Amino acid sequence: MIPTHYYLLLSAALFTIGVVGVLTRRNVIVILMSIEIILNAVNINLVAFSHYLRSIDGQIFALFVITDAAAEAAVGLGLIIALFRNKETVNADEIDLLKW
Amino acid sequence: MLAQIAFFILSAVALVSAVMVITRRNAVHSVIWLIVTLFSVGGVFLMLHAQFLFAVQIILYVGGIMVLFLFVVMLVNLDVSLKQAQFSRQWQVALVTAVVLLAELGYGIYQGQQAFPLAQAGGNPIPMQNTEAIGLALYQDYMLPVEIASILLLVAMVGAVIMAKRKFE
Repeated sequence: MIPTHYYLLLSAALFTIGVVGVLTRRNVIVILMSIEIILNAVNINLVAFSHYLRSIDGQIFALFVITDAAAEAAVGLGLIIALFRNKETVNADEIDLLKW
Repeated sequence: MLAQIAFFILSAVALVSAVMVITRRNAVHSVIWLIVTLFSVGGVFLMLHAQFLFAVQIILYVGGIMVLFLFVVMLVNLDVSLKQAQFSRQWQVALVTAVVLLAELGYGIYQGQQAFPLAQAGGNPIPMQNTEAIGLALYQDYMLPVEIASILLLVAMVGAVIMAKRKFE
């Protein structure tokens, strides 16, 4: 029997790694992958509490998070393709037309 | 004891491969490491008796989303960006922010661990098989959210097609 806070700590560590990836990387594709890591950390939390509370609702929510991740990946990668076609770059800090 | 060993191996693999995802120079390597991360997260789901989510994780994430990622990485020309700097200028600030975030989360979990007994589970176990229980919940209590999710997927599909179109008319 593994204590639930182990899962929470694992989830917190994965979440932080994802945040570091989003904040520090320049490559937009890697930023999207870091967002996937963050969503997976959230899923671990949801499933851990679902197991702890003996309720199926957490797993349902994790299912919806996975659905959202699929939608987000599709739209995000479409955006990246459109962006690369127009600007020939995948670097996040070169896409600054809307930045003050 | 065996469960603990399995859990520690899975979390170590997940954390190390997640770090590899955000540090690799080549985006293809990042995708491969992300697949390793997703597999070990799926293993954690399995340890939590969420078999259906484990299957969904493998089929949808590793089989679907990661193939999409690989396609896009192959599609955009990354040879130029391989020679450029990999991290943005704000990386020191970002690192400090992340350390503060991790400390905050860890402190919260550490405090909450004493506030209520997390090791013991409450209530009765879910009486059905995992997939059966999820199916019943999805089509009884969560009927409307399922419909909303399907509309979301439709919108995302149309949006992705529009975004990737060659010319806006």
